[in-house]
Amino acid sequence: MTRRTRRGWLLGLTLAIALVATACGGDDDAGGGTGAGTALSGRIVIDGSSTVAPITEAIAEEFRKEQAGVNVTVGTSGTGGGFTKFCNGETDISDASRAIENDEKQACAAKGIKYQEFRVGLDGLAVVTSSKNQFLDTLTFKQLAAIFKDGGATTWNQVDPSFPNEKIAIFAPDTESGTYDFFNEKVLGDPDDGGLKPRSDYTASSDDNTLVQGIEGQANSWGYFGFAYYQNNQEGLKDIKVAEKGTQGIQPTTETITSGDYPLSRPLFIYVKEDSLKQPEVGQFVKFYLEQTPQLIADVGYVAAPQDDYTQGLAKLQPFLASS
Amino acid sequence: MTAASADALAPSRLRRGATRTGAKILLDTAFSVLLFVGTIVGVIALATLIWTILDNGWERLVADPLGFLTSYVSRLPARAGIKAALVGSAWLMALTALFSFPIGVGAAIYLEEFAPRNRVTNFVEANIANLAGVPSVVYGLLGLGIFARFLRMGPSLLAGALTLAVMSLPVIIVAARESVRAVPDGIRLGAYALGATRWQTVRRQVLPAAMPGTLTGTILALSRAIGETAPLLVIGLPIVIFTLPNDLRDPVSALPLLIFDWTSRPQPAFAAAAAAASIILLALLLAMNAVAIFLRNRFTIRW
Amino acid sequence: MSIARRKARTGERVIINALFVCAVLSVAVTVGIVAVLLADTVQFFRHSGLVEFLTGTVWAPGQGAGEDGRYGVLPLLNGTLMIGVGSIVVGLPLGLLTAIYLSEYANPRVRGVLKPTLEVLAGIPTVIVGYFALQFITPSLLRPIFGDERVFIFNAAAGSIAVGLMILPIIASISEDAMRAVPSSLREAAFALGASRRQVSLRVVVPAALSGISASVILAFSRAVGETMAVTIAAGNSPKMTWNYFESIQTLTASIAQTVQGEVAAGTVRYDALFALGMTLFLMTLTMNLVSAAIVRRFRQVYS
Repeated sequence: MTRRTRRGWLLGLTLAIALVATACGGDDDAGGGTGAGTALSGRIVIDGSSTVAPITEAIAEEFRKEQAGVNVTVGTSGTGGGFTKFCNGETDISDASRAIENDEKQACAAKGIKYQEFRVGLDGLAVVTSSKNQFLDTLTFKQLAAIFKDGGATTWNQVDPSFPNEKIAIFAPDTESGTYDFFNEKVLGDPDDGGLKPRSDYTASSDDNTLVQGIEGQANSWGYFGFAYYQNNQEGLKDIKVAEKGTQGIQPTTETITSGDYPLSRPLFIYVKEDSLKQPEVGQFVKFYLEQTPQLIADVGYVAAPQDDYTQGLAKLQPFLASS
Repeated sequence: MTAASADALAPSRLRRGATRTGAKILLDTAFSVLLFVGTIVGVIALATLIWTILDNGWERLVADPLGFLTSYVSRLPARAGIKAALVGSAWLMALTALFSFPIGVGAAIYLEEFAPRNRVTNFVEANIANLAGVPSVVYGLLGLGIFARFLRMGPSLLAGALTLAVMSLPVIIVAARESVRAVPDGIRLGAYALGATRWQTVRRQVLPAAMPGTLTGTILALSRAIGETAPLLVIGLPIVIFTLPNDLRDPVSALPLLIFDWTSRPQPAFAAAAAAASIILLALLLAMNAVAIFLRNRFTIRW
Repeated sequence: MSIARRKARTGERVIINALFVCAVLSVAVTVGIVAVLLADTVQFFRHSGLVEFLTGTVWAPGQGAGEDGRYGVLPLLNGTLMIGVGSIVVGLPLGLLTAIYLSEYANPRVRGVLKPTLEVLAGIPTVIVGYFALQFITPSLLRPIFGDERVFIFNAAAGSIAVGLMILPIIASISEDAMRAVPSSLREAAFALGASRRQVSLRVVVPAALSGISASVILAFSRAVGETMAVTIAAGNSPKMTWNYFESIQTLTASIAQTVQGEVAAGTVRYDALFALGMTLFLMTLTMNLVSAAIVRRFRQVYS
């Protein structure tokens, strides 16, 4: 090649090396020590539900202020994907918006992965309509089932004769969503136990923010999603009181969700590999998680579980901390 | 030939003769208008798109640009920044280009210049075009199964870059092949006549001539790769990470992952942050394209 | 090419072999994809019938493990084809017109600005394009024209426009390169015979560049069929059999993406369904590409 092209290549190569050098000089903290004193180091790999991830993110963020030497990473492969990786030994902690299922338990057992389950919060499910809606105030579980079951009501007066003869515009999470699964189990019943099938002719979306938009837009709309999405959009939405038994409806608030009075709230979990707890940083991280979540969880839009859950969790954790 | 010299030859500049009937002039003008409108629609769509992103994200970006670029993620939208994701995306792009460009061009050259014209080659060609249609999610599954698990790379920079590179290959190969094919045979024959071997001809004549089209394909392929969420999500690249990569096997985050996560959060401030992150991603994209376009212009040979 | 059959220098043999490896790598990728998909696809079909899969018109995985879900792929296939066809309807004319304009009409400076600008369109993250369709195309474009009542908040038309915009640069840029590569001698000859620029473009350049143009269209269609995020966001996730572009639909890719990122436990029928969908998509596009490649080969013109 010509001298000019050769110089060009040399220049490009030098630039590339310079770029590599600067980027590699990043602020990665090596961190020394093997647990002596309070400075810990190591890596904690977390993956799983994108619902629980914001809580883990908040905890990791605060934990880093105390223990900058510990590298925490959080992925969002989904509860199912998270468990696959967890039971394959690829992660230390799995975020989960539901309890571990039998298939997954077997997969873990097959690989000899022993774990501990910790309840870390509650995700309330708000049943909502548009703030333009005039007639909705309370719906019983039976009425909710009548709306969302396969072959369910198409107009509001079929749900309750006092409601107008208007088409129900249903906006709800899609079939792969954990919220969908949870709602169906609670309202329609266990599929293996005489439960009803959910309808498939509604406007489905995987993104709760777009459900909010859809529901806000129409006066005769109906839908459900995480409580946080209602909290952040209260001008356009109206929450519907829910009555599991009888006709006295409970409104979704932080208090009713924590106390358990509000019937539609799903627990959020983390699952921790027992082997990983042998590492001091993991043990300390989980301890921090259980201690700090009640304070931080409101920031991310969920509700704290009853204090007992955290206390019991810490008690469960204690033996692992002592031996690490 | 340039449009300028074609202009000089176009009959409108020459005599007005029997070839310029009224109907023909009408059709010609109508066609020109149609072309202009067609082109403008694409430009307008792009402008509208960019404007909506800027509208949503500009405030967040200018409120604290340095903080936004140099902070890690946070649960509080005002404190959340894109440092890890930005560096991750930049690294992913550089490595993806490094892996996919040589392999893509190599494959294209082989298929066009050296491969025999038979059923096997046809099948390979159809196979490559087919790979362009595989959803990014399935590439994610491929990356997870083969790079992350089977080759034990884990959810790392290397696994992510290889997955994106594999995803980019089809477009690069197809574009490169078309440009190589478009190089006039006369060039090749001339080289052979002067005593060049096949490889010498390819390296010194065909390849430089085919470079612009090849770079077009590369730009298109890498531009897509920089904005893809699904494959990286499936491999398990983190959205929360507080370190920069030191090593190819370190985990990295990426801007599209972050944008996707932030848009699904209930707090409206995160939507603004996501838009601001999109602005940065577009800037990164433009920078990358600018480099490729510069290279493309340098290499363009006009016949 | 007997002139070129010179004994390659030994160094060159190595290079040629290296190039061969590059080409073969694409086959390796295909093998990898099939390998990753096959096992769980087979597992899915052990639980759920192939006949119901191919002929059923309801896709309703239901809850839990999805053992008693309905797994007919036709609604998803319907959705995918709607988006594929719709996006080509949007992207092909616009892309071709742009390509002709850039190649035959625009002066070098305009071209130097416009071509890179349009290539940026290919780089917009798919998530962003999806939200653009949802928050702009539907409310500000489709609804005002066609009426609020007719157009759902999620609809296939918005999805098609979004994907059409994404494939526009593929068709425009690659076709334009192909057109530019047509030797000027052909154009000059046509001009000399009294043809107008329109006639030269449509009757000389486009046919000569047909190989490149058709390659770009095949590539674009493949891309459209494989697009995931933009369609999920703009067209929603409601699998159904319909040809109404104003309704919400679900594509094969959207279903795969949702399941992979979702809460479903791995190893269940409901989860394995995604592998069956991936395999379906793969075989479908393979058939499509083999057929179109054969057609294109028959019509390719050779200019020496």
